[in-house]
Amino acid sequence: MASILVYAELNEGKVASTSLELMAKARQLGDVYAVALGSGAKAAAGVLGKHGAKAVHVSEDSAFDDYIAEPATDALAALYEKEKPDLILFGFTSDSREVAGRLAARLGVGLISNANDVTAKGGGFVVKVPYFGGAKVASMKANAKPAIVLVRPKSFEASETGGAAEVKQLDVAIAASSKRAHITERVAEASEKVKLEDAKVVISGGRGMGGPQNFPLLEDLAAALGGAVGASRAVVDAGWVPYSMQVGQTGKSVRPGVYIAVGISGAMQHTVGMKTSKVIIAINKDAEAPIMKMADLGVVGDALKIVPALTAAVKAKKHG
Amino acid sequence: MKIVVTVKQVPDPNSNLTLEADNTISREKEVVLDPGDECGVEEGLQLKEAHGGEVILVSMGPERARDAIRKGLSMGADRAVLISDAQLAGADALLTARVLAAAIKQEQPDLVICATESYDGSTGMVPPMLAELLGFPQLTFAKKVEVAGSTVKVHRQTGDGYQVVEAATPALITVTAAIAEPRYASLKGIMAARSKEIKQVGLGDLGVDKSEPAETIEGVVDAESRKAGEVIEDDGTAVEKIVQVLAAAKVL
Repeated sequence: MASILVYAELNEGKVASTSLELMAKARQLGDVYAVALGSGAKAAAGVLGKHGAKAVHVSEDSAFDDYIAEPATDALAALYEKEKPDLILFGFTSDSREVAGRLAARLGVGLISNANDVTAKGGGFVVKVPYFGGAKVASMKANAKPAIVLVRPKSFEASETGGAAEVKQLDVAIAASSKRAHITERVAEASEKVKLEDAKVVISGGRGMGGPQNFPLLEDLAAALGGAVGASRAVVDAGWVPYSMQVGQTGKSVRPGVYIAVGISGAMQHTVGMKTSKVIIAINKDAEAPIMKMADLGVVGDALKIVPALTAAVKAKKHG
Repeated sequence: MKIVVTVKQVPDPNSNLTLEADNTISREKEVVLDPGDECGVEEGLQLKEAHGGEVILVSMGPERARDAIRKGLSMGADRAVLISDAQLAGADALLTARVLAAAIKQEQPDLVICATESYDGSTGMVPPMLAELLGFPQLTFAKKVEVAGSTVKVHRQTGDGYQVVEAATPALITVTAAIAEPRYASLKGIMAARSKEIKQVGLGDLGVDKSEPAETIEGVVDAESRKAGEVIEDDGTAVEKIVQVLAAAKVL
């Protein structure tokens, strides 16, 4: 049976939701074990066990919290030598891809990124990768041993199996030469009301919003619906809103009950991050915009008039 | 301070991408210097202006990538290296990182600047691979960069704010589009770029063997597409219609 190692990304000691999604898929592919690094790793092992890990390799060395990518790469390379997994799974997140990239280069094996499915086939693995904005899906046979695959968040649904993992202390000494890119300070900027990834309703704005001064209109609607505000890469690049709001291939992937795209044309880079939303509503002045072809309801009109009117109507309905 | 900026020629993001018959993305149409790389070049130039030194562009691509490189030289970069080899067509991230690393090692820079990700591939896998192969620390998602002596400090964009990250040079940094507004090339810059050196090298010059790709493409299919729904002109009733959809989806 194939052995699968899942890299459990920890954010402030908590297992990232993407890592738990990976556990659900990994269970279908073979024997699953996980690695958790940094503060909270031991507690994380309990959570990972409930999601099907047979064993979890842990280290709470603070180097994993304080230095970018290199200590984790050292630990994974050492673990690979010891356990020789057939497949190492990472979430396609900004933190995980930095570790995966270094590890692949160190092992000299390459990797497959931006995947949305993995299946076992003929003793190896076939990975599905959406491209061309998700319009096409390529099936790729992983040639390397280990196969290193980075999977898009929200590709699978996490589920508990109720098991318990054996906790294995990972004895790896992190050399001073790997303690280089030092995180000396953490500054919180956005006080997120509802997290974009978890929101039941996401309202995203693009260039059609006209400028950053109009984003409060989206905030008002989000507040009325109990949702969160996202944005297209175009307006993030233009500096209207912070990167944390970007929905798309390298921004956040969201799968809300309702996604409202306001003034967003529907470039591929964007749609790959939101096309699995249950219901999509688009508001755009251009009836020919690509987003209109994937929306359940497309409204051709002036977003700056429609959005405030919609906010008022939502409030009226809630309190009426 | 010797600064290498990696640059790439990509299909113009303002034009619609098209597919070739073999399902690869067409690169024959309008091509430009990757807008993310323009920000990298700008940051390199600003660091050079503050600390002195040299800005060298390193690119992998076909012969016609010279146009994109020339744009960076027009902005003010000093010279460029173009790695061009027929064997590199379709190179994966690891092979790309290996050839870039080989070319960059010859320059022995203090700082390597990459965009966080390219506009066409958008996977961001080359920079961490490149850092590993160079033996450099990586300071990523920088929206601000400061250099003091042999220390580089960045503000690293995160989901809910930023981190201050420091390392000694030599180091690799990746920059977001928020780092700096790229300057327009002046007429003088465009003229000067014509005589700047673009050194062209191949795999043999770098002593790199072509590696086996990490994957073999078995097939390509159309993704399940969403069906287009109803499209309405806003004649004043659109808000009521949206409210109905929100109610039906049980979010209202």
